Amino acid sequence: MNIAVLTKQVPDLVEGVEIDSTGKAVDPESIRYILSESDDHALEEALLLKERTQARVEVFSLETGEVRDSLCAALAKGADRVVIVATSADAPPSNHTAAKIFASVLQGLSFDLILTGVRAIDDLDGSLGGLLAGYLNLPYVGLVRKVEMADGTSMAVIQKEYPGGFAAELEVKLPAVLGVQAAEQPPRYVPVSRLRQVMKTASLEEKDAAPVEAEIVEVVRMFKPEEGAGAAILSGTPEEVARQMVDLFAERRLVR
Amino acid sequence: MTQDVWVIAEHFQGRLNDITRELIGKGRELAQAVAGKLVAVLLGSETKSLISELAAVDAVLVADHPDLREFTAEAHSLALETALKDAPPRLVLMGSTSVGLDLLSLLSARTALPCLDNCTKLEVRDGKLFTTSQIYGGKVFAEVAVAETTTLVAVVPGSFPKSETEAMGRPEVHEIPLPASLPEVRTKFRKLIEPPPGDVDITQSSVLVAVGRGIQNADNLAMAEELAEAMGGAVCASRPVIDQGWLPLTRQVGKSGMTVKPKLYLALGISGAPEHWEGMKNSELIVAVNTDPRAPIFAGAHYGAVVDALDLIPALTEEVRKANMKKAS
Repeated sequence: MNIAVLTKQVPDLVEGVEIDSTGKAVDPESIRYILSESDDHALEEALLLKERTQARVEVFSLETGEVRDSLCAALAKGADRVVIVATSADAPPSNHTAAKIFASVLQGLSFDLILTGVRAIDDLDGSLGGLLAGYLNLPYVGLVRKVEMADGTSMAVIQKEYPGGFAAELEVKLPAVLGVQAAEQPPRYVPVSRLRQVMKTASLEEKDAAPVEAEIVEVVRMFKPEEGAGAAILSGTPEEVARQMVDLFAERRLVR
Repeated sequence: MTQDVWVIAEHFQGRLNDITRELIGKGRELAQAVAGKLVAVLLGSETKSLISELAAVDAVLVADHPDLREFTAEAHSLALETALKDAPPRLVLMGSTSVGLDLLSLLSARTALPCLDNCTKLEVRDGKLFTTSQIYGGKVFAEVAVAETTTLVAVVPGSFPKSETEAMGRPEVHEIPLPASLPEVRTKFRKLIEPPPGDVDITQSSVLVAVGRGIQNADNLAMAEELAEAMGGAVCASRPVIDQGWLPLTRQVGKSGMTVKPKLYLALGISGAPEHWEGMKNSELIVAVNTDPRAPIFAGAHYGAVVDALDLIPALTEEVRKANMKKAS
């Protein structure tokens, strides 16, 4: 069985993001890129499937941010092959564009399952997995939290999250695209020594993507929420803040 | 293309979801502004009884089909494609939910219609449509000028008030013509999985001590448990804590977790991404603690403090215990 995992880099929100001088995009200079969280879960689910079924796992990532680091980490975790998909664009492409690029790269290759994160923090125009499934005429299920193979490699039985703690069990004929919300276990860690070793020896394949045309959305402006709007701020040391909070709770009879 | 506004009516176990009423309320306002009709699209099997709950719209498009009994993006997309070919509207509104999220992107690619997600604001200015989406975990808003073509928009639940369904109209009902068996549906619903039983029912707690990424590791949860115990409440969490396996799924607040309305929601080290906000925004009192003064949680909280939750928790536990003692003596 062959599994493709599609990943991308997104800004690390711990570092913050700034709007650029056009006011229509985030400033790439302000960004430190990390692997999108749900893509990390998609990779983990693929590696779990590999352990259970001896599947081959290939990871494809668009060339944005620090893509090499995360692809080396994927190799260190157990991926069989990693591919950087080179695009001519400076900025990270929209999901429609990214989906068309991945569709052109994957077309003609034989994958039973294509896994990607169900959503990323910079999604504005839908989720990559659903768009890709549409372009490749494959079935799509998002918000997936569990994947099991059934009937050899012709079908997957999956769990999809519903609100309120409910989930649906679905079966889907393969090949299919799945948007992973959470893997069955937290994404594994790679020991730094192992990662260093892989970084020294790994060969990262590059593939040039043909230019694509996709539906684009016109961003008029980007802006940040007003600072200080909303909450009344309690200031002071943690002890002082704690005392003010207890006063608030007492007023509302929330402490016994 | 007509100027109509379509609302995909989402329903679960025979009842309309809140998001449907929210979209009908907003859809009515938009339809008036662009001089179109407000149309509800009801996909399912044996869902006729829900039509009477959609009295606030001008027309209902119904697809009643065994393949639509349970949601699969493939079958629902096929039914919508059929309806869209017939009379494409100006806007198709759906929830940015477990259903809408899958449908939005699959349908967008299959129909080559543009789509927008994470939308929290929709307005018409000088005859033009604009949407605003929350991205980067709620830290940035992106305003988009909606193209002059049929556009699919997924709206974050809770962004708009629910419409009053008492407004009794008699919407026209039209059937979406579908073949007896939908072609090429490769996804099949097997069964519904109920939430795991046992553990604490966080929806019943009047005080919730909620922890997020700021709790840093599983060991620090013990501190939060102590605080919750002192306050007579329960510990719940945002998605990252659950995904790390530090707390069970039953404690998750937000999009695919629980929706809670406690008297006090104490958010500790939670940034307040839209997916989380959706599950706790109706709490009576929201007090947020985060080291980042620009964390989106502060925008909606009643009170906030820019301190490290790990420093605050022990201090607060001590103060709460003191207050409890005073009361007891």
